[in-house]
Amino acid sequence: MKGITLDYFIRRLGVFVLTVWIAATLIYIIPRVAPGDPIAAMVSRMSQQAGYIENSDKIIEGWRKRFGLDDPWYVQYGRYLRNLVTFDFGYSLATFPTTVREIVVRAMPWTIGLLSISTALFFVIGNLLGALLAWKKTPAFVKVLIPASMVFTSVPSLLAGLMLLYFFAFQLDWFPSLGAYGRGITPGWNWPFIKSAIWHSILPAASIVVVTFGYWTLGMRGMMITVEGEDYMTLAQAKGLRPFYTLYRYMIRNAILPQITALALTLGTLVGGQVLVEYIFSYQGMGNAIFTAIRNQDYPVIQGTSYILILTTALAVFIMDMLYPLIDPRISHEGS
Amino acid sequence: MSSQANETTQKDWSKAKSVLKVRDLRIHYDTPKGAVIAVAGISFNLYEGETLGLVGESGCGKSTTAYGILQLIQPPGHIVGGEIQLDDRNLMGLSEREFRRLRWTKLALIPQGAMNSLNPTMKVHQQIADVITTHEGRQPKEKMRKRILELFKTVGLPARIYDMYPHELSGGMKQRVCIAMGIALNPSVVIADESTSALDVVVQRVVAQTLLKVKEMLGVAMIMIGHDMGLMAQMVDRIAVMYAGKIVEIASVQSLFKEPMHPYSQVLIESIPSLKEKKPLKITEGITHDPRNPPPGCIFQLRCPFVMEKCKTQEPPLRELKPRQEVACHLYEVSETGEVKNVAASA
Ligand SMILES: Nc1ncnc2c1ncn2[C@@H]1O[C@H](COP(=O)(O)OP(=O)(O)OP(=O)(O)O)[C@@H](O)[C@H]1O
Ligand SMILES: [Mg+2]
Repeated sequence: MKGITLDYFIRRLGVFVLTVWIAATLIYIIPRVAPGDPIAAMVSRMSQQAGYIENSDKIIEGWRKRFGLDDPWYVQYGRYLRNLVTFDFGYSLATFPTTVREIVVRAMPWTIGLLSISTALFFVIGNLLGALLAWKKTPAFVKVLIPASMVFTSVPSLLAGLMLLYFFAFQLDWFPSLGAYGRGITPGWNWPFIKSAIWHSILPAASIVVVTFGYWTLGMRGMMITVEGEDYMTLAQAKGLRPFYTLYRYMIRNAILPQITALALTLGTLVGGQVLVEYIFSYQGMGNAIFTAIRNQDYPVIQGTSYILILTTALAVFIMDMLYPLIDPRISHEGS
Repeated sequence: MSSQANETTQKDWSKAKSVLKVRDLRIHYDTPKGAVIAVAGISFNLYEGETLGLVGESGCGKSTTAYGILQLIQPPGHIVGGEIQLDDRNLMGLSEREFRRLRWTKLALIPQGAMNSLNPTMKVHQQIADVITTHEGRQPKEKMRKRILELFKTVGLPARIYDMYPHELSGGMKQRVCIAMGIALNPSVVIADESTSALDVVVQRVVAQTLLKVKEMLGVAMIMIGHDMGLMAQMVDRIAVMYAGKIVEIASVQSLFKEPMHPYSQVLIESIPSLKEKKPLKITEGITHDPRNPPPGCIFQLRCPFVMEKCKTQEPPLRELKPRQEVACHLYEVSETGEVKNVAASA
């Protein structure tokens, strides 16, 4: 690929592997130092259902062995890493014998879909408005309307989600209040399902977009002003180029570059915000799966879903790093 | 090269037609502490095929003058008054749209700091092609390519840079790209703003030669801004010396170098380094007035070695004291017979 040096590729790949490894290790350590015993929790859940369980000590011991919890830590850690590489996360404790992999495969498309849509929306809207805010030829009333549209910017997405839910789902009943698609609709490539999925995604996506795009508007406005002061803008004006052409080919084209870098950097935070939004909308994505798992102290699911989320995020960042030299011709030459 | 320059300066400019007339141009920069008077009423003519040098120390308003003519002054700067005529057409009354059509086809700029004057995300050929397309409409790809390569050849650029990005070029190459771009539409007037200052001396001279060659070839009128007096002497026909937003002397290169009349021009000429003699720098630095609040009378009074009472109250007008040599100084008096007398020398 033109523009990417081998050195650049290896360095980015190194960052990717390191990020995933550190995250995986943290996911491994945190539940183990946290209070609470998963097996005991499981057995007590069973005993609640059955009233009383005989030989609960024996059962706990057997399960500990079965999950390898009595092995030395490095054996456990090694086995853990091997399982991550092979995407084998074992069984869910709460919904045994469902495998963690099944849970991930079911939830992941929803999360990726919702996240892609909302990211595309706030990035495009935010940057476009920012560009218009800085452009000299934008009508004055637009320049007043844009900041007014940014009122939700400092609100947490959780709160925005609750507000949207309250007004548009409960009060006005325009949108469904929970789930990723309507009950009784079979998922598949059929129109009722697709329509229902889009309909269900509007409020969750909106609650992410309305609180996020304002940051990108402000960032873009700043970048546009910086670009406006560059010598090549003076020359562009002296050349008598058409204003609209100058706007997109000279200004936006250059101002967007740091914005794309920033997007790669905030992708992790975005995923975090989405987890909460999914939870309040009972949207059956990864965020919801994680929440349910946390409530049930379902460690394999917590580990598996967190790991996959981090892996996907790191992968997205890696892909963006690989694509960036294609849009910024200077990057592979200047290094870093 | 100098013989070439001499030849052109032998032309009788009084008969030449002026392409550009600037009258009493005034440009201010508004600051919180008051307006900086960057250009304080400048008038000059630029004749067909002529190269006019604009010299003066840093901050005297050379670039502001140039950008004022091109209507590129950015806020907080603004044109306060004056008149600019291009081919007898008044530019000041034009709408933005009318002026945009005129840009580059009539008035082109070869900018200062060519280092950052090219769009970093566009290939070199695209940046020349876009100005051609804007003013002449779409053209067949092959025709455009030929035309751009022809421009490259004219300014001594290799064809291989056609598909390169600006960061892949050397400083001299970028400068040449700017020259090629400047002449792409065959403008009537080219303004070259200190196009050579950011480069090392050898490259600087070679690029300057290219500029001169291109100018001779096209017969375009040019305003050249810079402070290298040595280079100016070789390149331009006439020189306008600026001080604190005003032209203090405007004369042919020969007259100015042989006999500079304004005390500031004298200092400038004397400060040209020479191999034959070592001379101390005469210019006194620092004693300049606040550009927001110029003193009444002559603007050079604080630094002038010949300052008189009159200089502190009356502003000296620009007068033609010798053929094709206009000076703004009270030091000279013209008698009724037309003789020019130096007041200080006779006193
Ligand atoms: N944006 C601005 N705001 C305030 N003052 C300005 C601004 N731009 C220029 N000036 C002032 O205008 C005056 C003229 O500046 P100008 O750039 O035209 O000088 P110059 O002769 O081209 O100098 P140089 O040789 O360094 O290029 C200077 O005193 C400068 O301080
Ligand atoms: Mg300048």
